[in-house]
Amino acid sequence: MGEYIHVRTKSGRLSFQVRKKSIFLLIGLAILTMAVFLISLASGSNYIPVQDVIAVLIGISEDHAFVLNELRMPRVLMGFMVGASLGVAGLILQGVIRNPLASPDIIGVTGGASVGAILFLSFLAGTVSVVWLPLAAILGAFVATTLIYSLSWKNGVTPIRLILIGIGISALMNAVVTMLIVLSDTTVTTRSYLWLTGSLYGSNWEEIGLMIPWVLVLLPIALLFSNIVNVKELGDDVASGLGIHVQKYRFILIAVSVALAGAAVAFAGGIGFIGLIAPHITRLILERSFAILVIGSALIGGMMVLIADIVARTAFLPLDIPAGVFTAGIGAPFFIYLLYRNRQVTSG
Amino acid sequence: MNGRTNRRYRKIAILVSSVLLFCVFFLLSVILGKTPTSLSTAFDAFFRFDSSNTEHIILTTSRISRAVIATVVGASLAMAGALMQALTRNPLAAPDIFGINAGALFFIVAAATFFSVESLTGYMWIGFIGAGVAGTLVYFLGSIGEDGLSPVKIVLAGAAITALFVSFTQGMLVIDEQRIQSILFWLAGSVSGRDMDMLLPVLPFIIVATIIALLLGKPLNILMSGDDVAKNLGQRTITVKLLIGIVVVFLAGGSVAVAGSIGFIGLVVPHIVKKVTGPDYTWILPISALTGASLLLIADITARFIIMPREMPIGVMTALIGTPFFLFIARKGVKKHG
Repeated sequence: MGEYIHVRTKSGRLSFQVRKKSIFLLIGLAILTMAVFLISLASGSNYIPVQDVIAVLIGISEDHAFVLNELRMPRVLMGFMVGASLGVAGLILQGVIRNPLASPDIIGVTGGASVGAILFLSFLAGTVSVVWLPLAAILGAFVATTLIYSLSWKNGVTPIRLILIGIGISALMNAVVTMLIVLSDTTVTTRSYLWLTGSLYGSNWEEIGLMIPWVLVLLPIALLFSNIVNVKELGDDVASGLGIHVQKYRFILIAVSVALAGAAVAFAGGIGFIGLIAPHITRLILERSFAILVIGSALIGGMMVLIADIVARTAFLPLDIPAGVFTAGIGAPFFIYLLYRNRQVTSG
Repeated sequence: MNGRTNRRYRKIAILVSSVLLFCVFFLLSVILGKTPTSLSTAFDAFFRFDSSNTEHIILTTSRISRAVIATVVGASLAMAGALMQALTRNPLAAPDIFGINAGALFFIVAAATFFSVESLTGYMWIGFIGAGVAGTLVYFLGSIGEDGLSPVKIVLAGAAITALFVSFTQGMLVIDEQRIQSILFWLAGSVSGRDMDMLLPVLPFIIVATIIALLLGKPLNILMSGDDVAKNLGQRTITVKLLIGIVVVFLAGGSVAVAGSIGFIGLVVPHIVKKVTGPDYTWILPISALTGASLLLIADITARFIIMPREMPIGVMTALIGTPFFLFIARKGVKKHG
């Protein structure tokens, strides 16, 4: 045993070994996330001291209870879930496509989700319950992904072709979104636009209830398939040699990633670059065991969205800027840094 | 010898037919629309103007300026695209893919929001600066690393820079909710609702840039045979490249200042033209300009009819036409150089 801890279910379906160090790091990350969580609850148009927040949370005080429970809590929870979903979605994509630059927003998956959601908002919102909004977004994401994947197919899929095609599809989806927005009424326009930029403004418990099932189903599936990604990161040839049906698992994993990204987009719009950065930061801190990385990316992705949202809420008071603006502000330079660092990977 | 003259005649024939096509689309753009007019009415409007006739007023005020703007913008974008594809030896290069459109837009919206710049001349200069900054940034980012400029790197860098600028622009617009509706139409690219006054300050720059671009044909042909060959033939390659860069900034930045972000014209047109004319840039550039103008006029005419009585932003139209084309080139595979 020593340095490692083995985790294995009875059937052996799920098995991995982790360094003890990683466990400690994960616990550390979780504590840090809790701290950000509390700060996020505390900050806003009026600052509520952290000890008061804790007092309300554990039920010994009723001060600010409405603001905390009804306004801030859903927003913070939603931010965390969205970030976690995007982080894991990006991690899977990067693992499966084996390109450090892949992420759901760059290759047009979130663009497809936006089209699905905007179609829903402008044509169905009056008649169909909002419960179906995430499904519409996920459907849109799937359509976009299917397009991207089938158009990149030419005796298999190469990462570079997938990314180029993805950028093209992304442009197409943006055009469709603009078209739909221009076609719809002014009231829908403003709402859609705010939503598109990636805002957590106005999250409520009902939305939380709609988002939770997706996260609770999809994240465990990602964990379940983690050992396959471990092998797949070694390359298609090695993976085939070890008896893994490369294209089949690639498809399942991409589906999980797409569904996660779609669900996140449904509630928070285009919060960009989290899917790109969170996995990278996670890999810098943690070992390359995929199960650990899944949990790490979820925590870090969630934390990043929370931080972006804290800044968005407080930096330009009384204005509430969409968090997506800040994630892009950090994300784009980071992307460029990756481009620079991976110059060998991306050429050709 | 005979073959050469034949080829020359062929190119002249192509040039003449693209001029003719352009004239046809220009006329169609003037007479078609929500209030359809006839050719003879249009003729009357310009030569025997009657100020009590609504058709005449529509023609002389909105239609004609719209057609002229579409012409100028289409031609500028197409030439900018041709020059960029040559300069970077990248079949996927175009102003919008380089993030130049997004950069110019961001700078213009930022200037309007934070520094209350409201004059058109102000927008124009800021648009030029934005185009220059974004273009240089992407060019530089695309060429880092020892393998130099690669198409994929440029496209990725362009995508990142575009995402950055677009997101900041959206952020500023969310602050200012009243303006979303009007600016959104402009952001998506549109040639309608603009009168000649918007074009006039930009026009001199675009004309000068166009003349320089057309003169660059020969040096470009030499440059395309490789940097080393060009240097040996006595060309100052750095000067030529720098000149191309400046011309691109004025053409693309000027277009954005007038019509907002119109994508894919710069990507699509040079490819079509090169297929027809062959690799000679003295011909590619003028024919691209004409074809670009024609294509944007067609897109604009379609944009008027597709959702009558409202209008589609023309940027949406060009994206719908252009993306399949981009996908086709990306799928065919981009070679590292060439």
